[in-house]
Amino acid sequence: MASSPLGTLKNKTIFAAAWLGWSIMQVKILQDWGFTAKIAALDSLVSNGLLATFTIIIVNSLRYYRPKKGKYIYIITICAVKAGLWGVLVKYIMSNIFPAETAYLDFLEKFMPIRFDIALLVALCMALISELFYTLEEQKDSEYRKTDAEKLAREAELYKLRQQLQPHFLFNSLNSISALITIQPAQARKMIQQLSDFLRGTLKKEENQWISLEDELQHLQLYLDIEKVRFGHRLNTAVTCAGADAKLTLPSMLLQPLVENAIKFGLYDTTETVTITIDAARESHYLVVTIQNPFDPETSSPKQGTGFGLSSVQRRLYLLFARNDLLSTRHTDNLFTTVIKIPQPKAVGTETLNY
Amino acid sequence: MKKAIIVDDEPLARMVVKEYLLQHPNITVVHECNDGFEGIKAIIQHQPDVVFLDIQMPKINGFEMLELVEQPPAVIFTTAFDEYAIKAFESHAVDYLLKPFSQDRFDKAIERLTERDATVTLNNTRDLLDTAAQGPQQNQRIVVKTGNKIKIIPIDEVHYLESADDYVKIHTKEGAFLKNKTMGHFEKVLDPQQFVRTHRSYMVNVQLVTRIDPYEKENFLAQLKTGAQVPVSKTGYAKLKSVLGI
Repeated sequence: MASSPLGTLKNKTIFAAAWLGWSIMQVKILQDWGFTAKIAALDSLVSNGLLATFTIIIVNSLRYYRPKKGKYIYIITICAVKAGLWGVLVKYIMSNIFPAETAYLDFLEKFMPIRFDIALLVALCMALISELFYTLEEQKDSEYRKTDAEKLAREAELYKLRQQLQPHFLFNSLNSISALITIQPAQARKMIQQLSDFLRGTLKKEENQWISLEDELQHLQLYLDIEKVRFGHRLNTAVTCAGADAKLTLPSMLLQPLVENAIKFGLYDTTETVTITIDAARESHYLVVTIQNPFDPETSSPKQGTGFGLSSVQRRLYLLFARNDLLSTRHTDNLFTTVIKIPQPKAVGTETLNY
Repeated sequence: MKKAIIVDDEPLARMVVKEYLLQHPNITVVHECNDGFEGIKAIIQHQPDVVFLDIQMPKINGFEMLELVEQPPAVIFTTAFDEYAIKAFESHAVDYLLKPFSQDRFDKAIERLTERDATVTLNNTRDLLDTAAQGPQQNQRIVVKTGNKIKIIPIDEVHYLESADDYVKIHTKEGAFLKNKTMGHFEKVLDPQQFVRTHRSYMVNVQLVTRIDPYEKENFLAQLKTGAQVPVSKTGYAKLKSVLGI
């Protein structure tokens, strides 16, 4: 990225070409006025050389000192001072080079105000261009930072959301294994296997990666089997997917927090045996998963139903699809139902509607 | 001989404790409980010397269970709660065991139990409950005991709180319930954006306030949607105004 308007080779070339063109034109004009080629050339070289130096100084000083928004009087003043200084310098140098050329010196004196005006205009033009350039650059920079920060925040958030779901389950499962080891070693080994498969599946999955419904249900089944070992005496589960087809996909780890939530509410909100049902089906361009769990309407207000699990899924759905209407809950008597709709990505050639 | 009760909703978790206790023949398990309700009954019935208590359990959690026991016994928490969450209770509980724990770690907890004298334990349990009350679940609901029944009141259903001697009266649409706590306790525990201490003896659910009327010199009365009127002092009025954003 260029750090100054004169930073790129292209802009340098344009600047140099403009300077050269301007200088040659001045030589021609002075010759037309009747001055010798030597005087015309030196006049042009000195005045335009100085002018170029001053404008470069202005451009670079604006890079380090930006006037506050709207304080353009500062720029105008600087340009005026620089143009004045330029006029004095030109006059001083030229009268030293050609002390005897009175006709030329007279001409220089007479036309100085006009040349001052032109120098001021050139300086102002350059200042304006660099001011625009730097403002644009700043804007680009802040925009870049903003999107970068947003991306980082999103990644961190997704990571955190997933992490928060795990430890409790993991340690309780390990504790169950610890109990099984002495009384039912074979069962302990089986549970270690299930837990390992489950954890491996979790680790393998990248956030935002889409997987088939079948894989996700298999992964969930592992989770449910482990929970059954822990709460076997009270927990029943029923997973159905009669209305689903093999093509359905969903973002990984999206269902688990919901099932976890259902189990949590089912198990922790009642003291009786609970049945958690999970049903997956296709409805036009959506995969619709319905999860049901019993709850006690007396102790949990519907508001509480949007526990951590639900709000994290809601947030993920928003990050993925920019929609807030994909997750819904309802409750009848003592049954809590969570419905999640996952838009299916457009399959090439077959689907006509986008989600 | 010491009596112990295990309260945990996972049978396998209770089994670990029982197995480890085999190394301590002077402690007998007199009762195993699946949840806090059973736990309260068992504690009243058996007056145990120690309770092995899980925190996350059906209906009411371990802390809430202890709150409802008038003379809480010595407690050793057995929990999979992460270390951060449990750290706050470290100084108060006899001990806490992070699941899964080893026989060695368990033996140390039993050692600490025998070292402590009973009165210290009792005070510790009280401190512990005050700390625990600031936990994430406790500020969502209040658990009270009415006769033999345990009532869980979601915080949104509380209209206002009124102090009554050593108790706090919790006013809801189903009537008032008494809880053996102070106003200061609830002020610490409840969300200050939802419950404002409007008066030395009153706290109000600001979502229900419809009007604030002047009443006597420098005092006010808050009118609730439910028709109730709650006294508001001068300082309470300022607090209420800042929370309501007026």
